[in-house]
Amino acid sequence: MTTLALIARNRLALWGGIVLILVILLALVTPWLPLYPPNATDPSIKNAWFGEEGHLLGTDHLGRDILSRLLWGTRVSLAIGFASAVIAAVLGAAIGIVAGYFGGRTDNILMRLIDLIMGFPYILLALAIVAALGPGLMNALIAVAAVNIPFFARNIRGVTVGIAHKEFVDAAKLAGMGHVRIILTEILPNVVPVIVVAASTTVGWMILETAGLSFLGLGSQPPDPDLGSMLGLAKDSLITDPHVSYPPGLMILIIVMSINLLGDGIRDALDPRLRSGALSRPAAATTVDRRGAAPAFRDEGILEMTDLSTEFRLKRRTYKAVGGVTLAVKPGECLGIIGESGSGKSVTALSVMGLVASPPGVITGGAVYVEGEDTVGMPYRQLRALRGDRVAYIFQDPLATLHPLFTVGDQLVEAIRVHHRVSDKEARAKALELLKQVRIPNAESRIDSYPHEMSGGMRQRVGIAMALANDPEVIIADEPTTALDVTVQAQILSLLSDLRRERGLAIVFITHDFGVVAQLCDRVAVMYAGRIVEEGSTSDILRSPAHPYTKRLIACVPELGEGKRALAAIPGLPPAVDRLPDGCHFADRCPKARDVCRQDDVALMGQGGRAVRCLFPEAEVPGAPEAVPGPPVEAEPITADRVEAAQ
Amino acid sequence: MSAALKLENLTKDFPVGKRMFGPPRGVVHAVRPVTLTVETGETLGIVGESGCGKSTLARMLVGLLSPTDGTIEIEGAALDNADPSEFGRKIQYVFQDPISSLNPRKTIRQVMEAPLKHLHSMPKARRRERIAEIFDAVNLREEFLDRYPHEFSGGQAQRIGIARALAAEARILILDEPVSALDVSVQAQVLNLLARLKAELGLTYLFISHDLAVVEAVSDRVAVLYFGAVVEVGRAEDVFRAPRHPYTKLLADSAPVVGRDLKAPEGRETELPDPLNPPTGCAFRARCPRAVDRCAAEDPPLMEMGSGQLAACFNPVPEGEAAK
Repeated sequence: MTTLALIARNRLALWGGIVLILVILLALVTPWLPLYPPNATDPSIKNAWFGEEGHLLGTDHLGRDILSRLLWGTRVSLAIGFASAVIAAVLGAAIGIVAGYFGGRTDNILMRLIDLIMGFPYILLALAIVAALGPGLMNALIAVAAVNIPFFARNIRGVTVGIAHKEFVDAAKLAGMGHVRIILTEILPNVVPVIVVAASTTVGWMILETAGLSFLGLGSQPPDPDLGSMLGLAKDSLITDPHVSYPPGLMILIIVMSINLLGDGIRDALDPRLRSGALSRPAAATTVDRRGAAPAFRDEGILEMTDLSTEFRLKRRTYKAVGGVTLAVKPGECLGIIGESGSGKSVTALSVMGLVASPPGVITGGAVYVEGEDTVGMPYRQLRALRGDRVAYIFQDPLATLHPLFTVGDQLVEAIRVHHRVSDKEARAKALELLKQVRIPNAESRIDSYPHEMSGGMRQRVGIAMALANDPEVIIADEPTTALDVTVQAQILSLLSDLRRERGLAIVFITHDFGVVAQLCDRVAVMYAGRIVEEGSTSDILRSPAHPYTKRLIACVPELGEGKRALAAIPGLPPAVDRLPDGCHFADRCPKARDVCRQDDVALMGQGGRAVRCLFPEAEVPGAPEAVPGPPVEAEPITADRVEAAQ
Repeated sequence: MSAALKLENLTKDFPVGKRMFGPPRGVVHAVRPVTLTVETGETLGIVGESGCGKSTLARMLVGLLSPTDGTIEIEGAALDNADPSEFGRKIQYVFQDPISSLNPRKTIRQVMEAPLKHLHSMPKARRRERIAEIFDAVNLREEFLDRYPHEFSGGQAQRIGIARALAAEARILILDEPVSALDVSVQAQVLNLLARLKAELGLTYLFISHDLAVVEAVSDRVAVLYFGAVVEVGRAEDVFRAPRHPYTKLLADSAPVVGRDLKAPEGRETELPDPLNPPTGCAFRARCPRAVDRCAAEDPPLMEMGSGQLAACFNPVPEGEAAK
């Protein structure tokens, strides 16, 4: 959506914009309107009431036409307001960018100067500047611009610091660009939206400040009108003729209100965070829009998914993230789900407890049975009672899932007390015991640490302790070791493996790493483009992968101990899940795809937990079509046409 | 063979808790004296865990950070980035996060033109030709040139990043985790592309990664970093197969390997040493099963272990004891 359309979607901003444009148009055409001269006095009709003697808005204490003075004054006030905003924005942004880009001493000196300016109350500073320069409109403009520079400088500096450390700035340095060029072509384009937002929300404020100075007699000088000086003159006859002050007062209100409303609209439209929908709060549970009846319970495990389908519905597109997944885990079993990014493995896991953000996520079919109860479409109260209590999650980045402002002990206590009525003391004792179970050294002192005080490995242990807090039956671990170093990963994996044995936990382990799956999981399901393409026991799949995708995926992972070599890459990219091809989703990347592969949907075929979704599998699978071994997977040089085909 | 890169006692300290006046509250030794040589045409792999100083080291080599001490020689001349348009033609950098290394507000053409314009002062028509040549070399279509970075997948963006580095025509590339943000199937595509370009253009690579298997697959020699210092250097095929330093052995044993039983190779409670308060002697001592008294007293230097392998250890893993 374009920025303009985004602004217009905000009704208030739209009205603000329309009113502002009308005021500006009026101000622009003022010289050509049939008005009295603004400074022509006529003492015979002073302080005339609205409409008297042909003066639509009456006259002031010298008999001057208020309508004429109002429009001429609006011209001046708008011009000064916008001019000072531009000056303040340009100078402030320049200081901010220089300080933020160079950092260090430059930053220190510039920012301390800015602090110095901010140390004075702004109106006092403006008065001091005008006092030093002498009254007059130009000087008022300088004063208003000067007191607003710090606001811009600080804002822009903050943004620039973030951008100056981005990798593309380093890349520009290495491309031979000098500082000036980097600031102008790399930093500035990324800062401009922030400058526009800051300016649009402060123009109104600056118009008010200019009016304030004129009101005190330090801005526009008699007889020239501006809105502030008109109010200033009207105040002398406020008791006897209050109507003289209404037009300028109302005009200031209209201008500032319209500018502020429009400014808010601009900010909402340009702020990338707001733009991405950070303000729309997802629902407490994923929306369910299930067509047809729920599949029956098959009693194959403590967690059982049947034909689960989840989509993301965004405007005109529908992304079929999960397209009919059937899986089951028994107590004490570890099931691996393996796949590349975008294969739907995480969405499958989140759908179990209705944790997919809605909007845009919608569960469109299938059932998820936890201990025989279907959680799809379950009332929220019931679902919440299950979350964390029967089914717990471990996520990839514990720094993002732990609250930074509470100690890990407090968070564990909270997790326990949400589901169990126990005293604080009991809960804390339990929390301590949990930390010991996940083998955190010095648990007694670590319980009062904040998440940022712990290393990544320790934090992930806390994440595991949190998942264990209510003795769940099922743990869903979504790439729990991906962010960790290998030595720490080995520790966490062996911890999970021990816990599973000790407690009879059912674990669903989501990963992209075959090495990890091989060590931890009993069974594996391989996902591709939202569907399971192969499942079976870990050893079967690793020893004789039946789906060409599995086979090639295993082959392209380098394994330690094989020395320097070329790798067998899979050409191309997975299909986008909003326009999946007919038939087999892997056909376009498959070396042995035939026409029949691209015609109808291929079913997952097999028996006894071993199955493959392929018409010409690589290895013999009971219940599936006969094996048609493909060419051996070899590292072949990437040729242009193969990569072409992929894009 | 001549040395493409020569680092001597390269050191980087970061002050912690800076004060306006007076010395900082503490100093982190991100890179402790590192001495390494990369021969022309060679790929030197650098492995280490997070916080071991590998990225700091890489950024010093391309002049994005200035070393606290020590010297860097590039193709026989001391590193001198006073003139960015001169320096960029010698050495280039490929970033870890392919998307964030491209300015979101520039088209790919603008990104690609920067090095040609500023490093080689090429006229417009020549730039157009050259970009077409480079895009052909990295298997990217020319129609991509007028798109913006967010329209690309990670693998495509990383190829653009590599194309930009090639445009500078530098003979040395520093590859900082170039594939760790990519999916495995795409990762193999990019690694193979890098290998082909190296062979075709006679490049020298310094390849940094935390993934041992990836490093082993692409490197001629491997240096293992721990806590800011090189603890072991040797030929890629030897370092993980027959590690001499106990830390290298720990790394090799920790890597998940199909068909090996799951067993934490060390106690579960160990943590990395505190960089603000480094231990005396060998930094690995507290985690080391082979530590002896001498390890607490002295920091072991890199020592010849036979067949060109160097390890910084007083009590190295015996030669016969291969990684499990």
